[in-house]
Amino acid sequence: LADTRHFGRLAGTGIVVLGVAAAFLYLGGWFNPGALTPPRFADGFERVDGIYSGFRLNHAKGVCVTGSFESNGQGTRLSKAVVFKAGRVPIIGRFSLAGGNPYVADAPEMVRGLGLLFKLPDGEEWRTAMINTPVFNVPTPQAFYDRLFALQPDPKTGKPDPEKVAKFLASHPEAAQAAEIIGSHPVSSGFDNSTFYGLNAFWFTNGNGTSIPVRWSMVPEQPFVADKAGTQADKNYLFDALIVSIHRHPLQWRQTITIGQPNDPTNDATVPWPDTRQQVEVGTLTLDHVESDFNGPCRDINFDPLVLPEGMAPSDDPLLSARSAVYSQSFTRRSGEKKLPSAVTPSEVQK
Amino acid sequence: VSTSAATEQRQFTVRMRFFHWLTAAMVLTMLGIGLSMVASLAYYHRLISIHRPLGILLLIVVVIRYINRRYSTLPPFPATMSPRERSVASKSELLLYTLLFVQPLVGWGMLSAARYPIILHGSLHLFPILPHNVMLYAVLRRAHTALAYLLYLTFLAHFGAVLFHTWVLRDGTFDRMAPWRVRAH
Repeated sequence: LADTRHFGRLAGTGIVVLGVAAAFLYLGGWFNPGALTPPRFADGFERVDGIYSGFRLNHAKGVCVTGSFESNGQGTRLSKAVVFKAGRVPIIGRFSLAGGNPYVADAPEMVRGLGLLFKLPDGEEWRTAMINTPVFNVPTPQAFYDRLFALQPDPKTGKPDPEKVAKFLASHPEAAQAAEIIGSHPVSSGFDNSTFYGLNAFWFTNGNGTSIPVRWSMVPEQPFVADKAGTQADKNYLFDALIVSIHRHPLQWRQTITIGQPNDPTNDATVPWPDTRQQVEVGTLTLDHVESDFNGPCRDINFDPLVLPEGMAPSDDPLLSARSAVYSQSFTRRSGEKKLPSAVTPSEVQK
Repeated sequence: VSTSAATEQRQFTVRMRFFHWLTAAMVLTMLGIGLSMVASLAYYHRLISIHRPLGILLLIVVVIRYINRRYSTLPPFPATMSPRERSVASKSELLLYTLLFVQPLVGWGMLSAARYPIILHGSLHLFPILPHNVMLYAVLRRAHTALAYLLYLTFLAHFGAVLFHTWVLRDGTFDRMAPWRVRAH
C-alpha cells in the first residue's frame, strides 16, 4: 500500500511539472498552430514575394535620405513630445516601394513609402513609416495577410488572379471601399511631390495632460505633377528622379497634424476623417542628402511605428501593434543575413 | 535551544526567502510575457513595453539578491540529499544566478546593437551598452531565445526537484524556502 501511494505521488509530481511546462508553451502559442503570429506573417511575405537575403520583407526596394526637421513650436499645444519644441532635429529617412522584391521595376501604381527617424536631443526617438495613399487598404492584420495572398501574382500571367482579387474584395467590403478612395486619389509623378500619410491614429498628450486623437501627414513643397501614364524605360525611374532632384536642391515637406473629433474612428485606418477636421502645421521636413540603401544610414534601422517619444501613444488601431511585431520579425530575420545592393545600387545614387 | 532558533536554522533567512519569491514571481512573469509577446500580433507592443523595464528591474534585484546571499548563513541541506544531489543542487543554483544575470544583459545589449531606444517608462530610457551592429544583434537575439528556454528548463528542473523531495520523499525541502515561518518539529 505504501508503495502504491509512493508511486501515485511520484506520478503526481510528473503531472504537475508537465502541466506547468505546458502552460508556458501554451503562452508561446505552441498549441495553436493556425494562429497568425509575427513569424507566420513573415513567412507569408516570403511565400508571396520570395526570399531576398538581407532585405526588408516589405518595402524592400529603397534609398536612404538624411536631413532635418524644423519644428515651428505649434505642436507643443497638442503634444509635449520634445520634437515639437521650436528648433531643429536631425533626420534619417528612407524612401521605398511596397513589396518584398528589391529588384522590382518602378511603376506608378506601386505604393510609395517614407520612413523617418527623428533623433531628439534628450535621447528619445520618434519613428514613423508613412505611405502615399490617403487611407490604408485594410483595417486588420488578418485582412492584410489575406490581401497579400489574394494579390499574389499568378506565375503564368505575372499578374494577380482577377477571380481571387474579386473574391477578396467581396468578402472584405472595408478593403473594397478603401480601394475606391485610394483609386480616386491622383498619383504624383515622383517621390518628391508625393504626400505621405501616417494613416494610423495616435494619441497626443500635451503638457496640461489633455489627450487628443491625431493623424499626421507630410505635404510636399514640390508642386504636384500628375504621373505620366505609360511604361518607363528606366526600371528605377522613380528613384532616379528622386536622386536627381535631391542633388539639385533640398526637398521639403510640411508636417500636418489632423485633430480627430470624438466620433472619428481611431481603430480603422481605412476610414478617412472628414476634410473639415482642424489641421495644424507643426514644422518642415528637409531632406538634402541621398545614399544607397546598401551602405546608407537607414539600412540597419527598423522604422517601427511604435517607437514614440513621451507625449505620443498608440491608438486602439489593431494594425499598430501588428506592424511593430512584424517589422521587428522582419528586422530580426534580415539582420543576420548577407547584405546586397538593391536595384538602386550605390553607383546609381552617385549619378 | 529555543524553538525560534531551531526554526531559523532550518529555514533560509527572511531576506533570502523574500528575494527568492520576488525573483520567482518576476522570472515567471518575464518568461510568460516573453513567450507570448513573440507569438502575438495584438499584444506585442503592450507586452514588450512591460518586458523591457521588468527585465532591467530583475537585473537589479538579482544583483542585490546575490550580494545578500554572500552575506547570509545558509541552512544545511536536508539529510535525504546525497552528496551528488547536493552538488547538482549547488551547480543548478549557480546556473540560475548566472542565467538571471546574463539574460537581462543580453536583452539590453541586443536592443543596443539594434539601435532601438531602450524605453523604460515615458521619456526615461537607458543608454546603449553596445555599438549599432545588426550582425551582433542577430547573434544576441538568438542567444536571448536560447537562454530563455534554458532558463525555462532550469526552472522546471528546480521546481520538479523540490516537488519530488517535498511530496514524494516528504523531507520538508519546501519548508526551507517557504514564504511563511515554519516551526521545527
